[in-house]
Amino acid sequence: MTISRRDFLKGVAGSGVVMAAAVPDVDAKMSKELPPKAVGILYDATLCIGCKSCMVNCKIHNSVPGGALHKEGMVSGVCDALLCRSPEGEEKATDPPYETGGIKGNEGIWDASQDLTGKTLSIIKVYRNGTGEQKDSPVNGHAFFKQQCLHCITPACASVCPAGAFKKDPVNGAVYYEAYRCIGCRYCQIACPFNVPRYEWDSAWPEVRKCQLCRHRFAEGKYSACAEFCPTGATIFGRVEDLRQEAKKRFSMKPGTEYEYPIKTLDSRETSLRKVSRYADRVYGLSEAGGTQNIMLSGVSFELLGFDRDIPHSALPDLTWAYVAKIPWVFAGVFLGGTTIHAITSRMAKHGKDKEEKHD
Amino acid sequence: MIDLTRYLGPKLGSVANRLLDDRHSEHLGIRMDTPFTRILVALILAAAAVAAYRLLLGMGASTNLNDYWPWGLWISFDVLGGVAMAAGGFIVAAMVYILNWKKYKCIVRASILNAFFGYLLAAMSICLDIGRSFVIWHPMVMWQVNSIMFIVAVHVVLYTSTLATESSPMVFEKLGWTGVLRWVNRCMVGIVLFGVLLSLLHQSSLGAVYLIAPSKLSPLWYSKFIPYMFLVSAIMMGLSMVSFETILTGKVFNHVPSLDVLQGLARGVLVIGSFYAAMKIGHLLTGPGVGALVSEGFLGIMWLLEMAIGVLLPLLLLAGKKNRSNPEVLFAANILVIVGVLMNRLNVGVFAVSEYANRAGSDYFPSLMELVLTTGMIAFAILGFKVCAKYLNLFPETDH
Repeated sequence: MTISRRDFLKGVAGSGVVMAAAVPDVDAKMSKELPPKAVGILYDATLCIGCKSCMVNCKIHNSVPGGALHKEGMVSGVCDALLCRSPEGEEKATDPPYETGGIKGNEGIWDASQDLTGKTLSIIKVYRNGTGEQKDSPVNGHAFFKQQCLHCITPACASVCPAGAFKKDPVNGAVYYEAYRCIGCRYCQIACPFNVPRYEWDSAWPEVRKCQLCRHRFAEGKYSACAEFCPTGATIFGRVEDLRQEAKKRFSMKPGTEYEYPIKTLDSRETSLRKVSRYADRVYGLSEAGGTQNIMLSGVSFELLGFDRDIPHSALPDLTWAYVAKIPWVFAGVFLGGTTIHAITSRMAKHGKDKEEKHD
Repeated sequence: MIDLTRYLGPKLGSVANRLLDDRHSEHLGIRMDTPFTRILVALILAAAAVAAYRLLLGMGASTNLNDYWPWGLWISFDVLGGVAMAAGGFIVAAMVYILNWKKYKCIVRASILNAFFGYLLAAMSICLDIGRSFVIWHPMVMWQVNSIMFIVAVHVVLYTSTLATESSPMVFEKLGWTGVLRWVNRCMVGIVLFGVLLSLLHQSSLGAVYLIAPSKLSPLWYSKFIPYMFLVSAIMMGLSMVSFETILTGKVFNHVPSLDVLQGLARGVLVIGSFYAAMKIGHLLTGPGVGALVSEGFLGIMWLLEMAIGVLLPLLLLAGKKNRSNPEVLFAANILVIVGVLMNRLNVGVFAVSEYANRAGSDYFPSLMELVLTTGMIAFAILGFKVCAKYLNLFPETDH
């Protein structure tokens, strides 16, 4: 029996090393490069007039099949999840999910979103201080700001999802969600430094909701609805590299000079001639969490607008990768070390017994 | 005893008869129909009702969790706490089967069974905590190796099966299936080794879950060494849990635990606990600084409580050699360690994100249903252990 056990242990130790070697490491690590045709949104808060046209159209254009707010029926949703298949076939657009916002008399007639939720992918909020007269002034002023998914270059949500429900498009870089994979564990909510993913708390078969950059509209040659329906050019769509150039240019322009602000898209022929406001702080999204594809400019500093100042300026998945990369070594170490220790202690125990027997 | 062959047919009935034969544990004097057992059953039934309600109506209807506070009592207490409590299983198994420290053989079965219930508790709770409980198996088929949660999920599945296999000889023994029994016993060293590996990774990966959230977790708990802190504290708690349970079963069932074993476990707690204390204090000094205990307000108090109850007090109690030979002192020290480490898991899972969530205008206190479910889970583990103690040969008096 001793021999068979030893052979068995050899086998165990050997298979441990093989398993450790078979774990994919280099390929699995997430990219920190901008995808080749990365697109995104530049939100310039100094141009925003708070009309919320972006929010309204976000809901309408995401309630169609493929949109981030579209939900297939409960039965087919459960079936797709159980069969691990993405939903197929013709489906009808659903009603945009309105929120009452706890306002009396609002029985779902108009949308009164108060925050990002499982029903709201983007939101315009207002900053107010003192008299609130001066736009884009931190003191006695007011300012609008927008919250939505920023489409990280190295998204934490995609790195933490145990079932790979969050993915980053390898070409345009949009971070999207596949409901049929989701198990509803909410680790994405813990991981996202911007606290963007929101949960359908009221559903028995919940999905996680966040902006997907209107990825479903790209195929039709369209782009993000919030940019298409922004009348002032506060939200514009374009290639990330160009948007970054544009944002840096605006940031360094002299306040009071005139500038032709493009509307809807960065390369649009429609422009609006306006005086440049004073930009505060920095271009948001160049380095936050390792850089994001959506970037923002504001007249009031982002800390005052409530954006978290503790967000690291490096890719978050690196923090866990340092741990994950050690696992194969633990495998090999424990199997080899454990087998060795067992062999030694067994021999010692046997030795001790033999001696005892001799003494007897 | 009722002869079940009459109801279940000769084959199934004789198997059931053998399983329900409790002659070997008569000396323990375990009675099933007691007020305590009835309370346990009531708590379990209440939790079952909550579980059904939660499955039918969703998370929002049953819990107080929200978008800023997505994980609460179930994750911190049942999952993080339950798994930490289970650490004793792999340590004692390693001591007996890998290191050949045979004197601990008398507690190995109870420790492994205890670990099995800890993991069952964690697995059931996480199954209810995730919104789409019926597809909890998705990570197994949709590998995502970047995700700590994926690693956690794989370990829960593999280690729960490993613990079941490690416990199975007790059942095979009763059924008299000598063939299978011999086969499992022959593989035991390999199985235990696999269990040790899984436990090392799983205990630490539960801490690693929080590595991704440096801006959300309070600096009092966030550290890049949090996986190792989880592992070390789990080992400390595992040893205490085993010792606690050995003394407790000695008190409630008529059997006398060996003082030699208890002293050995206490020395283990002392060594590991000192190391853990050094890690925690080192982190406080090099990371947020002692001033954070004051500037973080309520969280500072929570940190101090966790450290005082779970680490410093028990270490003081166990430091004296005389104390270590007094089962009553050991019992108290074990309870302190268990409470302290559970507090640590609650702190990391619930309180550490409080500042972040409060800033966003959110708050959390477990709902009645969350509390009922957690209580029911604990009741399930206690009752399960009691049933096993009655019907399985949990405390082999002699060295086999």
